[in-house]
Amino acid sequence: MTEVSVDFSPALRGTEQSAPLLQVEDLRVEFRTRVGVAKAINGVSFEVNSGETLAILGESGCGKSVTAQAIMGILDSPPGFITGGEIRYRGVDLLKRTDEERRLVRANKIAMIFQDALSALNPVFTVGFQLAELFRKHRGMSRADAKKRSIELLDLVKIPAARQRVNDFPHQFSGGMRQRVMIAMALALDPELLIADEPTTALDVTVQAQIMGLLGELQRERNMGLILITHDMGVVADVADRINVMYAGRIVEKAPVYDIYAKPSHPYTKALLESIPRVDLKGQQLNVIKGLPPNLTRIPAGCAFNPRCRYTQDVCKADPVPPLHQIQPGIASACHFWKEVRGE
Amino acid sequence: MGRYVIRRLLQFIPTVLGTLFLLHYLTSVGMQLTGNPVRALFGDRTPSPATVEAITRKLGLDDPCLKSPGNPCLELFWQRLGLAPRNGTFSGYLQGDFGTNLRFREVTDIVSTALPYTLKITLIAFLVEAIIGIIAGVLAGKRSGGFMDYVVKIGTVLVISVPVFVLGLLVQLFVSVKFGNWLRTQEWVPEVISRGLFGAAYKIDYPFASLVIPGVVLGLLGLAATARLTRTSVQENLRADFVRTARAKGLTGKRVIGVHTLRNSLIPVVTNLGLSVAVYLTGAIITEGIFNVPGVGNQIGKAIFQGESMVLIGITTMLVLAYLTITLLVDLLYAVLDPRIRYE
Repeated sequence: MTEVSVDFSPALRGTEQSAPLLQVEDLRVEFRTRVGVAKAINGVSFEVNSGETLAILGESGCGKSVTAQAIMGILDSPPGFITGGEIRYRGVDLLKRTDEERRLVRANKIAMIFQDALSALNPVFTVGFQLAELFRKHRGMSRADAKKRSIELLDLVKIPAARQRVNDFPHQFSGGMRQRVMIAMALALDPELLIADEPTTALDVTVQAQIMGLLGELQRERNMGLILITHDMGVVADVADRINVMYAGRIVEKAPVYDIYAKPSHPYTKALLESIPRVDLKGQQLNVIKGLPPNLTRIPAGCAFNPRCRYTQDVCKADPVPPLHQIQPGIASACHFWKEVRGE
Repeated sequence: MGRYVIRRLLQFIPTVLGTLFLLHYLTSVGMQLTGNPVRALFGDRTPSPATVEAITRKLGLDDPCLKSPGNPCLELFWQRLGLAPRNGTFSGYLQGDFGTNLRFREVTDIVSTALPYTLKITLIAFLVEAIIGIIAGVLAGKRSGGFMDYVVKIGTVLVISVPVFVLGLLVQLFVSVKFGNWLRTQEWVPEVISRGLFGAAYKIDYPFASLVIPGVVLGLLGLAATARLTRTSVQENLRADFVRTARAKGLTGKRVIGVHTLRNSLIPVVTNLGLSVAVYLTGAIITEGIFNVPGVGNQIGKAIFQGESMVLIGITTMLVLAYLTITLLVDLLYAVLDPRIRYE
């Protein structure tokens, strides 16, 4: 295969370095399936800046990963369609750009790491090939140079004996090492924003801490923006600056990480925190959130959480959806009864 | 790997011995029931008993066991293998003596004359099947439900459901005869095309051109299967996590499909291609018959009708060996395509 153009730093036209790194504004995504239209994201807005870590927290199926895929532009379409909103990178709405421009944003400006590194790495190519590919295709490097850079990257993510391991296949690595390879791959082209979609879910607890530590370290060194998508409140506590809690395709609470743990403002966040097993409550029943997340083809009227909420009153069961109430600067809750939830 | 190959090669021995015995037994029973095949040589004429007896003895068919139906003729079997002496000398397969047909032509000679035709036709069929089949499969699988998908789905069903003798005769009638006849009236068309490529049967003057259409007809059946397999496999792999990763790496659509999807999709296709080659080598009886190609299939057909037991045993054994070798090669190719497969 021959390379047509070799653009060494493909800059997107019209970007302004002074603009925020990433702004998502009223994003809406739906999946058109045979059984109906699933409204996966219903008006999500948030912002990430360089050097900042934003955690997006929520149960499976709440739209976290779909948000990430929409930002990356790798949503499977069909069935997924972005029906509204803006995704602005440095002031440029990516949704208005051509496929080719968006392709060059991926990996160069915005990179992503996935949950299960074993299935996310191609089983039939060596780790070195999969890393070097980025340098060869995006930077036009020779095979030898690209390999040298790949070894440096593996060193950077602290893989021992990188020089030998670069020729190994993904299945020859342990789970933690594979996730390090994923991180190396995402960082290869020095992106400004990294989206980590459940980066530690498939790993042991001890390895989780190492990987999160590594991610945090690399982020500080490079002053990257980081969007951390997770369902694990423990992972979030150490790394994130701010947390957005999602439920049924909407953000229901936004707050700095400390405030959320100290004083949640949405019943869903509160229930999530209470459902974490605690040593001092050993022997008692675990607190679980009753019921299941709503079917996205039939989201209940009003607040989507109302069937499972202990604060529910009639106003919660009817449209309109509760808006995000600004409680303090940086703290917002989409609950009519945020005062009661906060115990104020 | 080396030990695996040796073990597989050793497994050839019982398979080949089994085939040899089965063929020996079936042809012996044939002679026991229908009588001495030597008599058929004389057609309407009645040869003297002495002549028949002399020829029979020379062919080694004078063993009395061939007159008692059901007798496995073990002694004769050992003699044919070269493990027991006949008239004081060991001359059988082990010594490289594959016997003669009833007219004292060496079986090795018959095979070596017929084999080049079959190899050529197999090569053409294989190329048609592999190249067109894989391309059609990828085009169909790339967009499931798209236009190409329907074209390939309908086309393959048509090809699969028409028996090869009907297909062969139709192609011969419409392409080689009707279209060929018109071509032959056109002066600007070179003879190699009008008489060779579009000739109705194999012609000695155009040893390769006149084999193209028979090869294509032979390859069509396998092509349909290959296209279908590739299509399903590509569709399946396109949903894989590693393909999403490849997209997230900002690779071009061409590379995502041509490198990251195709390599993984080819594993089941290679099995099918290997088996196809084996079938082409053995099963071209009908196609070779229709287009009058003097290949191996044709010789098998003749040997069956004329009771040429030695020819039948010789060719079939050779084909069994070819079949075993091809399946071994296919298994070894797996390890090349998928590094997770290791042979110990």
